[in-house]
Amino acid sequence: MTNHTPQLWRFHGGLHLAPNKAQSTHAPIASMPLPTRLIIPLQQHIGTSAEVGVEIGAHVLKGQVIGRAVGYVSAPIHAPSSGTVVEIAERPIPHPSGMSATCIVIDTDGRDEWTPVQACPDYQSLDPSALRNRIREAGIVGLGGAGFPAFIKLNPASAHGVDTLILNGAECEPYIACDDMLMRERADAIVRGAQIMRHALLAKRCLIGIEDNKPEAFAALAQAIRQCSDTGIEIVPVPTIYPAGGEKQLIKVLTGKEVPSGGLPLEIGVICHNVATAVAVDAALNQGRPLLSRVVTVAGAGVRTPCNLDVLVGTPVSAVIAACGGYTDDAKRLIMGGPMMGFTLDNDAVPIVKTSNCILVAAAAEAPDPPPALPCIRCGACAEVCPALLLPQQLYWHSRAKEFDKVQDYRLFDCIECGCCAYVCPSHIPLVQYYRYAKTEIWAQERDKRKADLARQRHEFRLQRQQRDKAERDARMQQKKAALNSGGNQDARQKAAIQAALQRVKEKQLGAANAPEARPDRSKDEEHPTGPVDPSQSR
Amino acid sequence: MLSAILAITLLAAAFGLLLGYASIRFRVEGDPVMEKIDALLPQTQCGQCGYPGCRPYAEAIARGEVDINRCAPGGDNTVVALADLLGLDPKPLEVEEQGPMVALIDEDTCIGCTLCIQACPVDAIVGAAKHMHTVIELECTGCKLCVPPCPVECIDMIPVEEDLANWKWPFPETPPKSEAADRVSTSTG
Ligand code: SF4
Ligand code: SF4
Repeated sequence: MTNHTPQLWRFHGGLHLAPNKAQSTHAPIASMPLPTRLIIPLQQHIGTSAEVGVEIGAHVLKGQVIGRAVGYVSAPIHAPSSGTVVEIAERPIPHPSGMSATCIVIDTDGRDEWTPVQACPDYQSLDPSALRNRIREAGIVGLGGAGFPAFIKLNPASAHGVDTLILNGAECEPYIACDDMLMRERADAIVRGAQIMRHALLAKRCLIGIEDNKPEAFAALAQAIRQCSDTGIEIVPVPTIYPAGGEKQLIKVLTGKEVPSGGLPLEIGVICHNVATAVAVDAALNQGRPLLSRVVTVAGAGVRTPCNLDVLVGTPVSAVIAACGGYTDDAKRLIMGGPMMGFTLDNDAVPIVKTSNCILVAAAAEAPDPPPALPCIRCGACAEVCPALLLPQQLYWHSRAKEFDKVQDYRLFDCIECGCCAYVCPSHIPLVQYYRYAKTEIWAQERDKRKADLARQRHEFRLQRQQRDKAERDARMQQKKAALNSGGNQDARQKAAIQAALQRVKEKQLGAANAPEARPDRSKDEEHPTGPVDPSQSR
Repeated sequence: MLSAILAITLLAAAFGLLLGYASIRFRVEGDPVMEKIDALLPQTQCGQCGYPGCRPYAEAIARGEVDINRCAPGGDNTVVALADLLGLDPKPLEVEEQGPMVALIDEDTCIGCTLCIQACPVDAIVGAAKHMHTVIELECTGCKLCVPPCPVECIDMIPVEEDLANWKWPFPETPPKSEAADRVSTSTG
């Protein structure tokens, strides 16, 4: 921790939004009563879904693996509390589609009994891959929202390590305050987690970026860093401007470097993790505990007592709302995530998952239905605020026209879906919805293309095989024909063979005593007739 | 004047040679238009267009023998893409559009006759004579060609269902989801 103010950079555009965070930060992080039923989706991360690792009826202990990771980009799932597996079935999950996916349903037994765990406080003695493996086995995924398995982003990919590890404590979206509270209350865990991550990445330095509207969090972290007197970790207050917490934006602000279009931060020597992920990493190593719970902000005028809660993964949203005093009469829309980037939930039976940072119960005034969209007037307001330096009106135009090639020329996939453009659009065009539509359409087309290529390849292979088989068959036919055509020849040979056999019989009859002389003759005779005739006759 | 004429002539000759060389050196094998058409077809190999596979249909289109609106699995998207490529006006699909499908063999009924294996254009069915057969779902194109040969009618075509992996955001003209969300407050509230 140093006192000089480090140089900061600015990203393009962005918005000043009403923070609305104070409504949940008045009280410390609360814990909630153990839910009687937990619904745990097997897929809570980006990558391959975990596979079921328990049977219905099994009694599981807290922290026991119930879903095994499949492949590299995947994460295991653990039982968040002890109890009995009562169901493994399709249940609605928090997803913009409102679809269902395989979930393991556990009826808790109230004892919250741990499976034996093994801490490894001496992480420095672990080699980096063993360290990463521990983090993988703890089921830790990026807790900032994306849910990418954390161990993958702890691989420096080179022996020199990375230049900068950034911990993202910007938390720029309105209402959400779970990271803020975590920094205030568990600053020491964040610092320990940062040290572990830095070790895994061999990072030269670690920067913790915090928006400057969170002085308490800043003070708590500064205190924690002073206590452990680690000079490699530095806290940097960044200007409060949405979306300062976007990965690429925060990297730009702190380092001045731009992540290349379509590239990864690692390419410029930077790795970015969320502060909550650091807490989970600390628990995984220092206590041996897998990721079983997370802090969730419950906010909005639709809930009686907005607050930040430590919630077990798998807790139904309805139970979380109940723990906050229930809905008010104003409750109109349920949003998972914040008002800018979150998505509407149709149903409060869905569970909290590893990536659920906020439940926003919005009143009508907080999430008004957008007025009908008008035509784009090409005012350019959207381009002025776009933090990714895109031309949102062009993206909109081509997405709407389903011109998926052109929309990619305008770097659609650099759009972080922050919603700034739609927020300022005077024509109320749901711009981000168009971009999401275009993105998933393009992915679908790519899938279809891959499938078509595979089918073409296999079909061509089949045609080739059929051709080859036919050629072989034809060749055999030819051979047979040739053999038949040379029929005269063959007759002669057969006659000769018969003649020879007769001869032998005669010889035998004539001189049975002269056996030694006759034998060589016989062997010669036998060889002649069989040899050449064989191939055609055996068919 | 003379030198100018000479220079131009020389240049022309040089470029002529260069072009001549390039046309031999970089000759494109096959029919590029046909290849491009083939690349847009879904490779289901179902024959619903009246040709024995996607490539023969592509060849027929390239020869101008047949309309571009006969691919049922490709649907309207393929018609539009083909029209785009060939500079034609998109036409309504001549056949009924067919969503993605996959064949499913009822393994208890299957007698292992191998007739379906012989019909499958992409070798997506595995099984030996007199043993139960199975469709490799990832490789099945949903062409239905294996259905008619089966003597015990144990092959069904199942539409591919939307799941989390292939879910797509809807086109935003539909009104936002607020209606659905209104139910929330009443469900537990
Ligand atoms: S949603 Fe995309 S296009 Fe719109 S401002 Fe954000 S990054 Fe730019
Ligand atoms: S802000 Fe809206 S109206 Fe203005 S240019 Fe962008 S899309 Fe068009």
